Amino acid sequence: MSVRHGLLALLAGEPAHGYGLKSDFERITGSAWPLNVGQVYTTLARLERDGLVTAGDAADDSSRTWRITRDGRAELAAWYGSPVDDRPARDELAIKVLVAIAAGSVDVTRILQAQRKATVERLQEWTRSKRQADPEHDLAFLLLLDALILKAEAEVKWLDLCEERLRRRKPRGRA
Amino acid sequence: MVRAASPLAFDRVTKVHGAGPTAVRALGPVSFAVAPGEFVAIMGPSGSGKSTLLGLAGALDTPTEGTVSIEGHDLSALTPGALAALRRRTIGYVFQDLNLLPGLTAVENAALPLELDGASIPAARSEALAALEAVDLARLAHRFPDDLSGGERQRVAIARAFVGPRSLLLADEPTGALDSLTGERVLALLRAQCDRGLTAVLVTHDAAHAAWADRILFLRDGAIVDESRPAR
Repeated sequence: MSVRHGLLALLAGEPAHGYGLKSDFERITGSAWPLNVGQVYTTLARLERDGLVTAGDAADDSSRTWRITRDGRAELAAWYGSPVDDRPARDELAIKVLVAIAAGSVDVTRILQAQRKATVERLQEWTRSKRQADPEHDLAFLLLLDALILKAEAEVKWLDLCEERLRRRKPRGRA
Repeated sequence: MVRAASPLAFDRVTKVHGAGPTAVRALGPVSFAVAPGEFVAIMGPSGSGKSTLLGLAGALDTPTEGTVSIEGHDLSALTPGALAALRRRTIGYVFQDLNLLPGLTAVENAALPLELDGASIPAARSEALAALEAVDLARLAHRFPDDLSGGERQRVAIARAFVGPRSLLLADEPTGALDSLTGERVLALLRAQCDRGLTAVLVTHDAAHAAWADRILFLRDGAIVDESRPAR
């Protein structure tokens, strides 16, 4: 998640103090990514260094009002215009399954079933949260839950597929 | 204290199709009990025994071994007449293929099980209207199925499934043909009915649908291999 671009997006709306940015960031993202205020100031300092935001002089960070620059708006537009490529370099689950298959002596089906149970239990928790959410007031939270649920659903489908492929492969392994 | 009989219980149930060397075990042995008001999902891939299990639960099929009980009644001990009455009065079915009669309005479709069971037409229609009200469809009660959307038709099917005194609802992939948001609404509705005391068993291959349940049983090759409960 790009906190950097999130802050730029907020500043594109109006100038703000650091603490206000922290609160607004958490509000629009359904409180999924809590920030500490130190992280906000560090990010703002980097944005300022890169010429993407500017702030008046003040005795301390908390008094400074931050504004987006023309370069900042261009950076934000480029971000909105680019698809996100957040494929993880290492997917621990995939690696665990592949290593277990290669080891030969590990019960891979047990790993798949344990993971499926854990993922489905997470799905149940998120579905419960969804039921309690108000579609009018909790839109950000609902959209975030939808994203988490769809990703988890995809993971369960992948686990099912692994199990099915392994099952079909078994007779050949024994031959 | 006397415990209420489980709305649905399987005790070492197996189902074998065919006989001799070509016999195929479709299910079991499987044991589980559903608590009153509980929403249970049975999750498994195609061929895992889900539909066999649901057919046995709905008294549409008989087990090769073991006992299926509904509200404490061993189904194998009931006379055909008593079994048919139990099926009509206690169990509601919701399938992906809705089987709504196109020549009847929503309220007439929902009232049909009660009318077939001997209720007077005004009494059956009044109960059906209450069931449609519960699924937020009372305003469309006099429309024909062809004049309803897919989601609305599915809600009529759910209303028909729990109309009257029925307490056990069995659903087989009821949201399969619906888009995500409409499917979610149907599942939320099932969930709400369980919160009001209905007991439901849903079979599905979809984890996101199963996640609406209180408890999920994982079925593989005819056996329950695991069970999940949400963290409270």
